[in-house]
This record gives sequence, C-alpha cells and structure tokens, in this order.
Amino acid sequence: MATTATAPGTKLWGGGKSPFNVEYGKLMMWYFLMSDAFTFGAFLISYGTIRFSTNGWPDPNEVFKSFPFAPEGVHAPLVFVSIMTFILIISSVTMVLAVHAGHNMDKKGVVRNLIWTIIGGLAFLSCQAWEWTHLHHEGAWWGANPFLNHDGTASSTNFTNYFFTITGFHGFHVFSGVIINIVMLIMTLTDQFEKRGHYLMIEKAGLYWHFVDLVWVFVFTCFYLI
Amino acid sequence: MEHTAEHQEHSGGGTKEIVKVTIILTVLTIIELILGFWMISIPLERASFRLAVKGTIVILMLAKAFYIVAYFMHLKHEIKNMIMTIVVPLALFIWFIVAFLYDGNSFRNLRNTYDPHFKEQSTIKVEKKEHDSEAKHEEAKPNGVKDGKQDEKKATH
Repeated sequence: MATTATAPGTKLWGGGKSPFNVEYGKLMMWYFLMSDAFTFGAFLISYGTIRFSTNGWPDPNEVFKSFPFAPEGVHAPLVFVSIMTFILIISSVTMVLAVHAGHNMDKKGVVRNLIWTIIGGLAFLSCQAWEWTHLHHEGAWWGANPFLNHDGTASSTNFTNYFFTITGFHGFHVFSGVIINIVMLIMTLTDQFEKRGHYLMIEKAGLYWHFVDLVWVFVFTCFYLI
Repeated sequence: MEHTAEHQEHSGGGTKEIVKVTIILTVLTIIELILGFWMISIPLERASFRLAVKGTIVILMLAKAFYIVAYFMHLKHEIKNMIMTIVVPLALFIWFIVAFLYDGNSFRNLRNTYDPHFKEQSTIKVEKKEHDSEAKHEEAKPNGVKDGKQDEKKATH
C-alpha cells in the first residue's frame, strides 16, 4: 500500500490507468471471442470424438471434389475450398489494413479496405452457398448422407450432420461479420469516427473478423484436409 | 520507461509486419494443401503414416492460428497480464481435446471388442455406387441398421 501511495503512476494496478492498457470495449470483445472460441471448440471436439469412436469415415477428397461450372464428373478435390480459404485470408489482410489506416486517421484508407473486406466476406458466403446447394443436390443434408466411407463401407449421417452444423455456424458468423463491417463502413462514411477523434470501433470489428478467419482455419483443416 | 516503449509498439506493427504475416499465412496454407493432395495418393492401409501427415497438418494449422491471433489480432503487442487472461483459460482446450478424443477412441475399441454387429458393419462393403441417386437407395438400408440412433432418424425420412 505504501509503495502505491508514493508512486501511483508506476504501478500497473495502482489505479489511475487501465491495467491492461486497452479500452473497455476491446477487452470485452476479447472475452466475447474467448467464449465463442469455446463454443466452436466444443463443436469441433464433439466432431472429433464421434469420428474417433467410428470405424470408418467418408473421404473428404471424394465428397468435396466439385467445382462450380465444371462438368459433372469432374474430380477436383481441395481446389474449391482452397479458393475459399484464400478469400478469407485476403479479406483478413484488408481488415488489418483498415484498422491500420484507422490508427493513422486515414478515412479514405479505412473506407477502401473495409469495402474490400466486405467484398471478400460476400465472396466467401457465395462460395459456401454454392457448396451447400451442390451437396444438397447430391442428397446430403442433416440426417441424410449419400457418401460412403473411405474404405467402401456404409457411412452414418454423423458426417453430414457435423459438416452442415459447424460450417453453418461458421457461415452465420461470417454473415454477421459482414453486417458489422457494413455498419462500420456507414459509420465511417458519415464521419462518426472523425467526430469521435478515433477509429477504435474499427479495431473491435476487426477482432471479430479475424476470429471468423481463425475459426475457418480450424474448420478447413478438420473437415477438408484430415 | 518500460511502459512508454510498450505504448509505442501498441499503436501498430506497421505495414511491413502485415505483409510478412500475409506471406507466412499463404505459405503455410500452400504447404497444408500440398500435404492434403499428397495424402490422396497414400493408401488407407498405411494408417500410421497417414496419421503422421495429418499430425503435421494440425501443427501447421496451430502455427497459422498463432500468426492470426498474435499479429492480425494484435495480441502479441498487448500487455502480458492481458495476454494471460485470454490464453490461460484457453489452456482448458488441452484437457478438453485429450480427454474427449481418448474417450471416443476407447468407446470404439470397446464396441469393436464387445459388439460383433458394430464390428461386422465396418467390414461389409456397400456394393457399388454408380450414380449418386442410385447409391442413395442402396445405402439407405445398411445405413439405417448401423446403429439405433440413426434408425430413428432414417425412419422419419
């Protein structure tokens, strides 16, 4: 106590300043994302547990082998999903650039990069919509699995149930991320942040968007690669 | 003195860092994809080898996650106390993953040992899938009898 009284500025928890050196909203966004990480983690671990408790599992390279506008029997495993992955990585990069421009109070840069991020998000959602439609036409849906296990034995519906639930949950996050980014864009265009004197709100939206990208890294690996 | 230095760093790692991390993420993704394509040609019988490749992919995935969180989400440039409040609770995942996957694996072993029907189902190959629509009908049967839970689901369709 005596030391904090004599030198209040030097102690992290001495009061008078934020001990985490971040604003309240950003800290709460981090905690929200942590709870969201547990939700996605629970989904993916449940998927892993079921997969470990089953003898056979469909081969992702057979299931996800199609490509838009390609002829019916085309065999292009991993190609479409890698495009989706790169779209999300690039949109994450443009989001970082938007946050960076916000730090420098560069309104034009924020607007430009936010628009690119929104376009990336919409492109990803379109890809996912195509993939879902395609799989649905092949007979895959919740409770229906037309695919065989990798070794040719009959498969259960666990595969499609988990696939649609988890990619659907992620897709919904991407959708809300796009909405948040559009709100940010409108707020930037109407000079709300200029009036406030800072673009910290963009930073919070950015955290959410990066989290969506982060989750895709895990979903992509768990469903398409391994 | 320490804090002022941290303050300056806090305001951003710069465009250079963003470009560097972008390149790292791209390269890691490409390596993952190369491993994924390579795995198509590895026969199922070489199970442990396939598992090793999958393990490598998971390690690359974690590396990607680290770069996104540390640099894009800027966590690396935050104060250590703040990093700890995020990272320490997430350490629960270590227990979570190990315990549940071990449990799933043990459940499969138990069923393979004590449930002959379960074991048999995983050895019977489905005839042949010519067209997707035909394969669906063919599969509907063996699929449904595989285990009780799915039986109910199938019946509603």
